[in-house]
Amino acid sequence: MITLSHYLILSLILFSIGIAGVLLRRNIIIVLMSLELMFNSINISLAAFSHFLQSMTGRIFVVFTITVAAAEVAVGLAILVAVYRQRKTVYIEELDEMKH
Amino acid sequence: MVSWLILFIPLIAAVLITFVTRKQKDLSSYVSIGAVVLCFILSIDPILTLLKDPHMKPVEQGFSWINIPGLHVEIGTLLDPLSILMLFVVTFVGSLIHIYSRGYMHGEHGYSRFFACMSLFIFSMLGIVLANNFIQIYIFWELVGLSSYLLIGYYFEKPSASDAAKKAFLVNRVGDFGFILGIFVLFQATGTFNFIEINHILEKGGIPESTIYIAALLIFCGAIGKSAQFPLHVWLPDAMEGPTPVSALIHAATMVAAGVYLLARTSLLYHFSPDAMEVVAYIGGFTALLAAVIAVAQNDIKRVIAYSTLSSLGYMVMAMGVGGMTAGMFYLTTHAFFKALLFLAAGSVIHALHTQDIWEMGDVFKKLKTTGTTFILGSLAMAGVFPFSGFWSKDEILTIAFTSHHYFLFTIGILVAFVSAFFMTRLVFVTFFGKGRYHGHPHESPSVMTVPLVILAFFAVVAGFAGMPWIEPNFGSYIAGPLHGGHGEHGFNLFVAGLSTAVVIAGIALGYIVYCKELKSDPLAKNVLYNLAHNKFYFDEFYDNIIVAKVYNGIGRICNFAEVNFIIIFFVNGFAYLTRETGKVLRLTTTGKLQHYALVMVAGVVVLVLFFGVL
Repeated sequence: MITLSHYLILSLILFSIGIAGVLLRRNIIIVLMSLELMFNSINISLAAFSHFLQSMTGRIFVVFTITVAAAEVAVGLAILVAVYRQRKTVYIEELDEMKH
Repeated sequence: MVSWLILFIPLIAAVLITFVTRKQKDLSSYVSIGAVVLCFILSIDPILTLLKDPHMKPVEQGFSWINIPGLHVEIGTLLDPLSILMLFVVTFVGSLIHIYSRGYMHGEHGYSRFFACMSLFIFSMLGIVLANNFIQIYIFWELVGLSSYLLIGYYFEKPSASDAAKKAFLVNRVGDFGFILGIFVLFQATGTFNFIEINHILEKGGIPESTIYIAALLIFCGAIGKSAQFPLHVWLPDAMEGPTPVSALIHAATMVAAGVYLLARTSLLYHFSPDAMEVVAYIGGFTALLAAVIAVAQNDIKRVIAYSTLSSLGYMVMAMGVGGMTAGMFYLTTHAFFKALLFLAAGSVIHALHTQDIWEMGDVFKKLKTTGTTFILGSLAMAGVFPFSGFWSKDEILTIAFTSHHYFLFTIGILVAFVSAFFMTRLVFVTFFGKGRYHGHPHESPSVMTVPLVILAFFAVVAGFAGMPWIEPNFGSYIAGPLHGGHGEHGFNLFVAGLSTAVVIAGIALGYIVYCKELKSDPLAKNVLYNLAHNKFYFDEFYDNIIVAKVYNGIGRICNFAEVNFIIIFFVNGFAYLTRETGKVLRLTTTGKLQHYALVMVAGVVVLVLFFGVL
């Protein structure tokens, strides 16, 4: 029997992997992908709550999140492409313009 | 309702002149004159009410202005015998002086500005007169200071005039500082600013006597400044730099009397503090004598009258101090008439001769008949000759000083009467008779100037009869509040009246002997005392060289030292150092690495979750 806890633990594991990816990886594409992983782990927990609590709110929320995440990824990748054209690099530690 | 109209009409006139009719000079003067005359007409009704019923109840109208817990300030008007009397003096004398100004100021630059300031002054003065609480009286107190400043500095292109204006304002501020402290002390003791409420609390004995003493003395500081009492008397003679109608209206008849009015308004306070009254009486008496002696040795016609004003103000303050509230107010009223008259007549002489030095005048009586006659009538009133108005009011003060056993002050009063008679005689003879030392061809002023002179002269002669001791009800019984049971507080004392008449005659006779000759310069000029008095006993020099140069600049140097060595080093530089060093540390956190920032965010979320999770 799969309970709510199983879903939540799965969500937690995926979220932690996502955080680790965002914080530790050098390649900015991987960082973006890790970000998506975090989004979707949240989506899992929302859907699970929706199912177990017999409420539609969570499912509607998931649809919204996916939509927004899609738009966000589009913008993020576009910026990434622009940065790459400018700098010829995708390594995040070389993009330290904020210091200067 | 009427009182509000009276209060605000002059303000409307001042605003109208400033913003609308500034370019049309004639119209401006008519607006200003119309406003003050209208005020006079409107105040006839309260005056008649008072005359019908000497025991009228005060009419108070007020509404809340500031209302927060622990502090209630209202704006209101209070019509009682005292304020109605002042209303009459201010609007009546004010009307005549406004009309006179139309002639006197003819052709001056800033004609409209003059009338705007005059209207502003009338507004402020009526605000003091009608105020029903201390905060309001203080606001208008400062406003008359402002209008006085503007009018003394009317010829602001002259350095002496702008200096005099500054001096008047600053010296007044010294006194006003004490005044506001006094108001605070009273507020702390009573919890209200309202005159009537404070009087009720005083009558019930709700304030400890030491508090009354402090409050009375601090409030007296305000009167010292505005009524130019020793030691703050130095501003008034310099204020003569303003146009002569201003000297007549503000620096003789009304504004400087505001200090005396304040003492009358708070007379219950002084009634409960005999010690404070003694201080008031002695300061008044000393000022009266000092100013009278200085007046003997002045050569500027306006300055002589200015010092005589100081002396008269001292007399009034002394009257307040010996418990003669109604006597002081009576002197204030008659003084307003004869002193305004003297200034306006002097202005007429200056208008004709274009000089203020009495040693460049002489023998002009034949040419200036009306001016001369009215001036002499004013001088007789000022000197206190029977039966002119000055005699009755001065006699009343002397009687009270005598019957209340203030023999020293009584002696000073008699001395002042003698000296006043002497210098007024000197002024009349040197200005109008003797040898003609003037240049040009003087001619009498236009009727717009002489008619107010004649009207004022009439009142200067007869106003005293209102206060004759044996008519009932006389002046005193109208003004005396519940404090004196509705009666004037004096009788007629033949010894006092005889003595004062004798010294006045002696003073005039001495003046006649010394000055009724063909003189070129003052025969007393070699005298040591004369030189001291001529230099005003060096008060200005004392203030400049000791108070300003030593004390004030000394404090300035100490402050400067403290600032450079303490404030700058510890605070200014210290804060800069602190900021710089903190910045150096905090700079390390700004790595520019995206993932460092993300880490901080995650750590923050974790901390928050733990924090609220534990809670």
